[in-house]
Amino acid sequence: MNHELQDALVQQLMALADDELILGHRNSEWCGHAPILEEDIAFANIALDEIGHAQVWYGLLADLTGEDREIYPDKLVYWREANAYRCASLVELPKGDWAFTMLRQYLFDLAEKIQLEHLLKSAYKPLAEAAAKMRAEEIYHLRHTSAWVKRLGLGTDESNQRMQNTLDELWSYAWALFEPLKHEPLLVEAGYIPESRVLRQEWLDAAVSYLRESGLKIPDGVKPLDYDREGHTEHLSELLGSMQQVAHLYPNAKW
Amino acid sequence: MVTVDAIWKVLEAVKDPELPVVSLVEMGIIRQVDVLPDGKVIVTITPTFSGCPALHTMKADIVTHLQACGIEAVQIETTFSPPWTSDWITEAAQEKLRAFGVAPAPHHGGQFEITLLDVVACPYCGLENTTIRNSFGPTPCRMIFYCNACQQPFEQFKPL
Repeated sequence: MNHELQDALVQQLMALADDELILGHRNSEWCGHAPILEEDIAFANIALDEIGHAQVWYGLLADLTGEDREIYPDKLVYWREANAYRCASLVELPKGDWAFTMLRQYLFDLAEKIQLEHLLKSAYKPLAEAAAKMRAEEIYHLRHTSAWVKRLGLGTDESNQRMQNTLDELWSYAWALFEPLKHEPLLVEAGYIPESRVLRQEWLDAAVSYLRESGLKIPDGVKPLDYDREGHTEHLSELLGSMQQVAHLYPNAKW
Repeated sequence: MVTVDAIWKVLEAVKDPELPVVSLVEMGIIRQVDVLPDGKVIVTITPTFSGCPALHTMKADIVTHLQACGIEAVQIETTFSPPWTSDWITEAAQEKLRAFGVAPAPHHGGQFEITLLDVVACPYCGLENTTIRNSFGPTPCRMIFYCNACQQPFEQFKPL
């Protein structure tokens, strides 16, 4: 693998890992606060799965760059500032109400499922192997969140309204999940990843019909965001402040 | 020098930290054992779920058991390929899980999604009058059910 291609792959793995980590952290904020006990358990598990997936991606990054996979993930998670993160703004937004949490998770789960199915065919073997591992786990997430989207969308006037408000707000953010990274053509050409626009189209086809079935109206078009994977919302710094606090106070703490 | 078979024998005693009635070997978590020419032992494991929080404990337990038998040089490798499947849990282990109050995952031959529609029998009374309460549970690999017949909540090992 030449230097340029490796660098592109590093950026891609970072984006995959950071999305999972930050969304996993947002989900963990429900632990002890979810509206019912069963969902408290569910979201703690989903958080654990997403953070587990982040760990897998960071592990591949460590292997690719010759770092120690026992140490490197923690270094990336606890010692980077917001501007070095490559997550999408969708996952940075505060957890909001239950409708917001559920719809964001659904939109992300669907995107992730489609992406993993494509990555099964990646010519970069570690990527294909990791995708095969995660895909099965994601089926449980999507099954859960899609059932809730329908339940809330077709529930009471209030639950429908809250879902619709969230969809109107999140639509452009979800769309931006598929903005290609700078070096995407190199990775596509090498057969490592699919084109973002292919993923976006598949996601759109599946999401639009399901959201309509769930009693929701698809917003007209998308508006450009002020943020991308290199320029973040203020919410990310705030999240990192909380997530990195203990590591910064006790840099060599052992769990 | 210690043989691969002897190592497997030792590993049979290492229990799953979350389900201590079954061993990591029976669960299909320990995949491979190699003994290098210099005597170093390499144990390859694969997690059930990638975010499994028990993985560190499993690794430590493997090392402790081998060291107790005088095997000092141990290295644990983790692999994701092929991905772990609940089909690897041995039949004997499935029975032990049932006796422990955990309904085993049905055998699915690679299509686990289909089994999510299956009726799950209560591990306590054996009747099939059960309802799923949560696709998630106390660990990433278990879900929560309720038996309407004997009114007993129970867990099922997730098919994967």
